[in-house]
Order: sequence, then C-alpha cells, then structure tokens
Amino acid sequence: MKALRKLLDNIKPHVEKGGKFHYLYSGFDAVETLFFVPNTVAKKGAHIRDAIDLKRTMFIVVIALIPALLFGMWNIGHQHFLSIGETETFMGTFLFGLLKMLPLIIVSYGVGLGLEILFAQNRGHEVNEGFFVSGMLIPLIVPIDTPLWMVGIAVAFAVIIGKEVFGGTGMNIWNPALLARAFLFFAYPSDMSGDKVWVEGMSHLDKVADGFSGATPLAVMAAEAGDKVSTFANGIGNWSVIDLVIGSYPGSIGETSVIAIGIGALILLFTGIASWKVMFSVFAGGLGMGLLFNVVAPESNIFMQMPAYYHLLIGGFAFGAVFMATDPVSAAQTSKGKYIYGFLIGVIAVLIRVVNPAYPEGMMLSILLLNTFAPLIDFYVIQGNIKKRLKRVKVTA
Amino acid sequence: MSEFLSKKSLKLLTDPLNDNNPITVQVLGICSALAVTVKVEPAIVMGISVMVVTAMANLIVSLLRNSIPDRIRIIVQLVIVAALVIIVDQVLKAYAYDVSKQLSVFVGLIITNCIIMGRLEAFALANKPGASFLDGIGNGLGYAVILIIIAVIRELFGAGTITLPGLGELHVVPQAFYDFGYKNNGLVILPPMALIVVGLIIWFQRAKNKGLIESK
Repeated sequence: MKALRKLLDNIKPHVEKGGKFHYLYSGFDAVETLFFVPNTVAKKGAHIRDAIDLKRTMFIVVIALIPALLFGMWNIGHQHFLSIGETETFMGTFLFGLLKMLPLIIVSYGVGLGLEILFAQNRGHEVNEGFFVSGMLIPLIVPIDTPLWMVGIAVAFAVIIGKEVFGGTGMNIWNPALLARAFLFFAYPSDMSGDKVWVEGMSHLDKVADGFSGATPLAVMAAEAGDKVSTFANGIGNWSVIDLVIGSYPGSIGETSVIAIGIGALILLFTGIASWKVMFSVFAGGLGMGLLFNVVAPESNIFMQMPAYYHLLIGGFAFGAVFMATDPVSAAQTSKGKYIYGFLIGVIAVLIRVVNPAYPEGMMLSILLLNTFAPLIDFYVIQGNIKKRLKRVKVTA
Repeated sequence: MSEFLSKKSLKLLTDPLNDNNPITVQVLGICSALAVTVKVEPAIVMGISVMVVTAMANLIVSLLRNSIPDRIRIIVQLVIVAALVIIVDQVLKAYAYDVSKQLSVFVGLIITNCIIMGRLEAFALANKPGASFLDGIGNGLGYAVILIIIAVIRELFGAGTITLPGLGELHVVPQAFYDFGYKNNGLVILPPMALIVVGLIIWFQRAKNKGLIESK
C-alpha cells in the first residue's frame, strides 16, 4: 500500500493544474480515490460526518447486487437446458450462464464508463462512480437474449440523455438504469417482450422440449386473465410458490429470485444505504393494491383474484423495490415523502400489471413515473411542515 | 433592388436560420415540429407551407399596418392568416393530396403557429413591406430547416428510409444491416423522441454558437 501511495504521489504533480499532463487529472483522480480515501476536507460547516463517500456507497450497492447476479447466471443456464430438454451439472449450468452474462456486463460498463470519462474530461469534472451501480443494474434487468448493440445504445441513451444533460451523477431526474430499460422497451418491443426472449437461444430453437414454455409468470397471468381455469393453491402455471420465491422461472436476468434480492436488501439496510421507508412502503403499496383487487375482483377476472402477495414474488417487483426505488438521487428526500413515494410506486405497479394488458410489467413505468413526481411530493411535504409550524407560532404568540 | 441585396436585408434572411432560430432559440412552433416530422416529405411540405403563410401574412399586415386599429389588430391578423392557411390547404389538397392527408389537421393548425403571430406582432406591424416579407421568408426557412433535420433523423432511425417529394420512399439503410440483426428504433417514431431530438439540436447549436449562451 505504501509503495502504491508513493507511486501516486510521484505522478500527482504531473497531472495537477499546471503539470504536463493536466488533462489526465480526472482519470488519475479516479484511480487515486479508488485506493485511498480522498484527503479533502469540508471547508464550510458540514452537516453530516461520515467515513463513507460516494465510491464506497456505490461499491456496497454493487456487492448487494452480487447474489442476484449469481443466481441470475445459474438461472440463465437452468432455463436454457430446460428448454432444450437436457440436464446439466450445477457447475455446467452456472458456467453457461456466466459466459452468456459476461458480454452484457462488459458492454454495459464499457459504453457507460467510456462516456462518463469522456464527459468528465471534457468538463473538467472528476470521474464519478455513479455508473458503477447503473452499469451492473442494466444487464440484470434485460432479457438474456438482448442483442449487445441494443444494450450499448440503451446505455448511451441513459448516460447522455438521462444523466449528463442534467449535469451528471446526482443531478438526474430518473433512475438511469430504468431509463435504459424503458428505452429498450419502447424502441425494440419485439426483443423486450413476448414468450421467447427470456430464455437463452429459445428464439432460434426449432423444437422446444415438451411442456416447456418461455413465458414469465406475469405473461401467464396476463394470458389467463380471461378464463377461470387456474387456481392459486399451487402457485402460477407450472411454478409452485416455492419456485416463485427461489426464482427458477423465466424472466429478466436478476429479477427472478426473491431470496437473492432479499440478501441484497439486508446488506443495503444493514449498511444504511437504502432507505427502509421506501422499501417497506413499496411492498405495502403493492400488497395493498393487490388486496383491493382481491376484494373487488369480478369472478371472470382471474388476474385480480390472484393472491396479493404473489405480486411481490413475480416479475421485477422485488428487484425494483430494493434496488431501483431506493435510488437516493431520484427518490423522494423527505421522510414523509418517502412513504408516499414508495406506496404509490407499489400501487401503480400492480395497477398497470392488472389493468393494462399492453404492459405485462408495471414496475419500470411506475418507478419512472414516481421519480418524476418525487420533487413535487417533497415540495408539498415541506410546505405542509412549514404551515404546521407557522400555526404553532401563532397559537403561542 | 439595392435595398433587396443590402446587408440589412440579408441579415433578415439569415438571422432566423441560426442566431434567432424560431424553434431552437425562441422555442416556438414546437407542437407541429413534433407532429409532422415522422417522415421527411410531410416535413418539407409543412416547412414550405409555413414559410409561404408567414411571408405573405407579414407582407399583407405590413402593408395594412398604418390602417389597422390597434385594439382589434389581433383579430385582423387572424383573419389574414386564416385566409392564407385556407388557400395553402386547398392548394395542397389539389396538387399534393397524399401529403395533405398525412399532414391532416396540422395544415389548418398553422393558424395557431406561434411563429406567425410572433413575427406579425414583433416585426410586420413596425416595418416596411419589403423587409417584412424577407423576415417572413427567413423565419419560415429557419422553421423548415429544423423540421427537416428532425424528420431526417427520425425517419432514418425509425423506419430506415428517407421519403422525398417526387422520389418516393428511398431505402437508405441497406438490407444487409437488417440481415445482421439491425432493427429500426420504435422510440424515434414516438413524439417524446422528437422532443429529445429538438433538445439535442439545441445542445449542438449552442456548443457551436457561443453567442447564444446566456451570461450567468
């Protein structure tokens, strides 16, 4: 470590202002802060004193994503071998998924970090760590068969239009990863929905194994919405409730396993990085809306009758609630605002799922919608507080 | 004629193209810029229509400027613009029926285009007919140029074609691209992307033209 410090100290004068390679400073700074906590001190009154900085915060989120990532890799292989009707060892399944997953991650990080560094150099900013999380989230929320060039374009769109035009990390209105997903969803709908995109190679298969369907549980529910065949005692379609919890069903790569996401959620909550208020109220909102649908459901609408807690298990609900809705930049900031923000995300996600047949999954749209409204929610919470306090002043005076 | 070629008149023509562009600088006429730019051909026709209406309306209002009572000037302007728009609409229906179908209500809505009223109020009421006519042509051109840029981007990436008047649909993106797995971008066809494209054009223009950046 000491040798490294010495090396960096030797380079530093050359890249600082006035040095020969001053234009490389933001790159140097990125490397230096990766290994050492910056020694810059707040000159004016700091409100919060904490040893953790942006880079460390972001890395903890990435660590929290690893369980979902590992499970996603296994599930890619698992679904693939199911679809061709072969059995494979655990390691073989995992390795298959790993090899399919790596290009997505590399493209996402390559394009995203490349653009971030380009903008930082151009504007004389430091390279920001904001993209470490987005770059990991984006591969986790797309179907495995998404062509790499599409991922690249979506990442570029999210970084430039979603983040850099607003001023970079911390200034964005919407969650960049979800913006990339929304871009893909509206730009290339045929590669983002349907029954074949969720399983590696299924769109090229001549013959799928007997009894296998690439449809996600949400798609199954949307398709069954009209008839009354299904009962929910044993889960949805071919999947038992246990399957839904474990996550061994087709879906976007990281979103399926509630257990893996739960481990990530524990890490985030234990380190205090994600707000439990947002997380809790998203689940409460989804559950509440599901229960409401259960109460008012007509006999013909099977989707409305689905037990409310199923909503929390299937699709991207848990993933969105834990990793997307809690994004500290785009979420509401006030304490009361967080409850309102989270609750409405849950409500609208389930509402879109059940009521709008065009969008089987509502989590993406609902989080983006509430991201837009988060500043407004904060504004009214603060105004309400000011009014309340003013009243108190009048009474005592 | 000497007045026509003077520096001042030239500035009337070229200023709206860049430094004072109605769409990217004054941010007027955005609605139609989003609506008619899915294909290039309607965008060109729309640009020409607006240019004709702006120029003629500017000319007529400028000629009448001393006799229009101040209190009812908006109504008078509207009558003039509406009459011109109806003429343009009828001409389009007679000679370019397909395009007129694609443009649908947006030809009629030229009446409400902020650029036209803006130029009448800001320029034609206070300037001579010749200068007003040139100002109308310039602003119409500035509008048309941006419209065509947006339309080219949207049609190229959204449908892989460029539709030009008289030439029909040209397949610009070669079939080999599609065979390799390239797909048209469905988002570009949707209006939100048109707004983003306008934003990108504004970004690009300001990066090139430092005079447009407001001082802090």
